[in-house]
Amino acid sequence: MADDATFDKFRSCAVEVLQVPADKVIPEASFSGDLDADSLDLVEFVMALEEAFEITVDESELQGVETVGQAYELVTSKL
Amino acid sequence: MTLAAEHAHRRRRRVAVTGIGVVSCCGTGKDAFFDGLCAPAPQGIRRVPDFDPTAWFDPKVARQTDRFAQFSVAAAAMAIEDAGGLHADPLRAGVIFGTGVGGLETLQEQLGVLIAKGARRVSPRLVPMMMANAGAAAISMRWELRGPCETVVTACAAGTHSIGNAFRLIADGRCDLVITGGAEAAINDVGGQPSIGVAAFTNMTAMSTSGISRPFDVRRDGFVIAEGGAALVLEEYERAEARGAHIYAEVLGAASTADAYHITAPAPGGSGAIACMELALEDAGLAPGQITHINGHGTSTPLNDLAEAEAINKVFGNPGPPVTSIKGVTGHSLAAAGALEAVAVILSLERQLIPPTDGLDQLDPEIHLDVVTGGPRPFSPGPVLSNSFGFGGHNGCLVIGPASP
Repeated sequence: MADDATFDKFRSCAVEVLQVPADKVIPEASFSGDLDADSLDLVEFVMALEEAFEITVDESELQGVETVGQAYELVTSKL
Repeated sequence: MTLAAEHAHRRRRRVAVTGIGVVSCCGTGKDAFFDGLCAPAPQGIRRVPDFDPTAWFDPKVARQTDRFAQFSVAAAAMAIEDAGGLHADPLRAGVIFGTGVGGLETLQEQLGVLIAKGARRVSPRLVPMMMANAGAAAISMRWELRGPCETVVTACAAGTHSIGNAFRLIADGRCDLVITGGAEAAINDVGGQPSIGVAAFTNMTAMSTSGISRPFDVRRDGFVIAEGGAALVLEEYERAEARGAHIYAEVLGAASTADAYHITAPAPGGSGAIACMELALEDAGLAPGQITHINGHGTSTPLNDLAEAEAINKVFGNPGPPVTSIKGVTGHSLAAAGALEAVAVILSLERQLIPPTDGLDQLDPEIHLDVVTGGPRPFSPGPVLSNSFGFGGHNGCLVIGPASP
């Protein structure tokens, strides 16, 4: 994993798009169960991440991504 | 009355108004709204001041809901609370809610994103936020109403047509309860860019250049654009009575016609409006002389007000019953207008007071109406006609009378 600043940036995207408290954005949190995010929320979240980190995430890469930790791994793998 | 109309009348169920909710430039909530109608008008474009969506939505849903749909839900929430909750089988409870242009502000915002950042950044929420039925859908989902849920899109007549259609669903026996009304929010600047709605209406030359709404006045020069929303709870009359609901009023009849003439100008002599008013009277089983007051469309445009006045004279004589246009205060909120005006009628019946036409100083000498001006006028409640006429040549009329056991 990358440094704290990277995770902070990731977390602020989640807080902004998913409107959840920052302390709920932890690696083991599941998007649908813990963060109450539906499929459109995830699309918006990924868009926010793409913009914040200047990366491109293909739809196929999101297969199986269910938790904050998995999404964060995906982002950092592209940095 | 024709034989067919008489037959329809005998089979039909009565429809009560049991709740009202308002979001408007001159007040949110029914009491503030009616007080606002009897006070001096706000200045300039009529925005709803200090509307806080988080009073009605959690922050995440507020972000995902266009302002017009926020108004729809807020007005419905107030109306449902006013009615003392919902009392109907969900499958027999519906939503008929109008808008003119739906989520135009969201569309403008996302066009900005498209141009600045490209197609990959356009929000996946754009369609469900901007679609005209978003307001009706949000109401249905929030209160789990599973009967018909539909949106009427007839420009400035949509609020009135929605209430007419909701009335029909109950009168004909399909529903026992319908949440109805209309909402509009298409006048706010978006992301630092001027509102495309205001720009478009300005360039149509339908808007007042003076910024003053003065229906029926000789100096009127167009409408002042507005936003807002209003909702009614309609219930089958006997059920409402049986549960001890407060019944504000009874919807007695409704009608809808088209000019089939021009996309924005009314038909000469108001022929479409005349037909609509006559059909509404027939639907209510009333003669013109039984109408005690008319809440006019009265937009403050040169063409509308003259055509409407001619149409009223043709149906009701000269000058006919007292007429008011609340658009002197509210401005023209497109689809919300008919719903706000229905609420104004209902509160006029309850308070036995017709709000004045603000901004009217000097009646156009070509307009031969008894326009209520200067201050609210006491009246003895009886059947009231409410008119709405929309771009596209859509005409809508409602007849609403006092509650009577």
